Amino acid sequence: MPKTGLALPRRALLAAAPFIATGASAQTPLTLLNVSYDPTRELYRDYNAVFARNWQAQSGQAVRINTSHGGSGRQARSVIDGLAADVLTLALAYDVDAVAERGLLARDWISRLPSNSAPYTSTIIFLTRKGNPKGIQDWGDLLKPGVSIITPNPKTSGGARWNYLAFWAWALRQPGGSAATAEEATARLFRQVPVLDTGARGSLTTFAQRAQGDVFLSWENEAHLALQEFGADKFDIVYPRFSILAEPNVAVVDQVVDRRGTRAVAEAYLRGLYTDEGQAIAAKHFYRPRNAAVLAANASRFPAIDLVTIDDVFGGWTEAQRTHFNDGGVFDRIYRPGR
Amino acid sequence: MTVRAIPGFGLSIGIALLWVSLIVLVPLLALAVKPWEMGLAGVLRSLSEERVLASLALSFGTAALAGLASLPVGLLLAYAIVRLRFPGRRILDGMVDLPFALPTAVAGIALTALFAPNGWLGAPLAAAFGWKIAFTPAGIVVALVFVALPFIVRTVEPVLRDLGRDAEEAAATLGATRPQALARVVLPALAPALVSGFGLGFARAVGEYGSVIFIAGNMPMVSEIAPLLIVIRLEQFDYAGAAAVGLAMLVLSFAVLLALSVLQRLLRRGRA
Repeated sequence: MPKTGLALPRRALLAAAPFIATGASAQTPLTLLNVSYDPTRELYRDYNAVFARNWQAQSGQAVRINTSHGGSGRQARSVIDGLAADVLTLALAYDVDAVAERGLLARDWISRLPSNSAPYTSTIIFLTRKGNPKGIQDWGDLLKPGVSIITPNPKTSGGARWNYLAFWAWALRQPGGSAATAEEATARLFRQVPVLDTGARGSLTTFAQRAQGDVFLSWENEAHLALQEFGADKFDIVYPRFSILAEPNVAVVDQVVDRRGTRAVAEAYLRGLYTDEGQAIAAKHFYRPRNAAVLAANASRFPAIDLVTIDDVFGGWTEAQRTHFNDGGVFDRIYRPGR
Repeated sequence: MTVRAIPGFGLSIGIALLWVSLIVLVPLLALAVKPWEMGLAGVLRSLSEERVLASLALSFGTAALAGLASLPVGLLLAYAIVRLRFPGRRILDGMVDLPFALPTAVAGIALTALFAPNGWLGAPLAAAFGWKIAFTPAGIVVALVFVALPFIVRTVEPVLRDLGRDAEEAAATLGATRPQALARVVLPALAPALVSGFGLGFARAVGEYGSVIFIAGNMPMVSEIAPLLIVIRLEQFDYAGAAAVGLAMLVLSFAVLLALSVLQRLLRRGRA
């Protein structure tokens, strides 16, 4: 019956026409795009549902939040190249700065929200084989002969930059520590790295499934995720006495929200991360909450360790990036032949 | 104006040129223009870094090795598909094309799992010979053979089919042994096809990223391929530096393919 076959879609189209028309003129469904980095998948899946419910209750408006995940630097580049992100939730300030440099958001974005625009923090810890057969307790143990270390490439991975900087900060603190001794120690460290994957998830696969390396330098939350994923009988989480305070930053992209008329909801979305509810969700996914009360309630999940900031040790991200990771920087020197 | 047998010359050449321009020439032109933002000196400095040179040597070296390693195997596969009749021949024929269809990342992950020191092949190889395949340049060659092989098979196959059995049979009646017939009759006829198959496989392998990245180990100066260096430079928001490496690869690839096409022509002329 070719006739009905033709008639049906046409009828359907006619029926839908008024909706399409009103949809375009009066109320387009409200959407928000959060461009984030890799390990926040589970965190924002939870938070998006909670925020959508709260926003509906508060403003009567339905909102759908889409979240895009990937390597932090690559995500920043997509936004620079035109991906219409309402909010950025990236691994490090340097990547948000790169977007700000292109004029997409105000240069002073970092001071617009409390705590350096980082509603939750993380740090770098160790994941070892079960029973920790090589006895790795602190950064110095990584340099013991025969210890093989897995970390992604600091050139391509935000997490790996934190790994590198945490080790560097530790080396500086050693008796007689200086930039020269830290560079020497870091070069030794990377000589014990057999594989440099491009991202943290790739490195975790190399460590967990390809059985490479004795210790994996990991985001705190990724290490806990690995235990959940691969089983607590396979790996141990080891907290060094000292590490770096990683501040994954969040920011509203001014140009995009002004064009799309989403500023109110985008700002509410980020502020919600600082509420008790938002902080509790962050803690549930092993991100350290800023809120002291929520942190205290989760004290068993977040052992207190001595944390330094990138501003204290390296004078901020721009400086750290320029000295260590740009072409011709310290990291490139480590791999120069003849060392 | 000459009269052509086929009508619509202007229209068809117009559409073809427009298509080629939009899809091929404009992007390549953009790539060729971008690096000069940093000036000639900047481009030269950016390309003469040891890491860049090492990665270019690695990419072109492993691609050439993979192309060469695929030649005998590809020839044998084509021969089996065209000349031999055995159960499962059609399945083999279909399987040759699988690397075209499979996402290269899937191939890379599978090959890495297989050749890793704890993998099905990696573990016995390490135990028996002490060989390490995954996370070394050898792993790169394995991944590149995977992507290059179908090109050799598919370029040799039609030529072999056209050659027919009669040429070999004629050689046999004139007293040639099997090896002589292969060496003097079959191989020379196939040589141009082998060269162009090598060229296609090589070109495909040089730019391969998805599968290599999982198996290479990605160590600077050792197993870091040029396409990865492009990605690394992009991660640093260094668009011009990334384009410079891309342009270098483009120019080198073009030179290799040009040389191969000259070689192919010489081989054809030698036979005529």
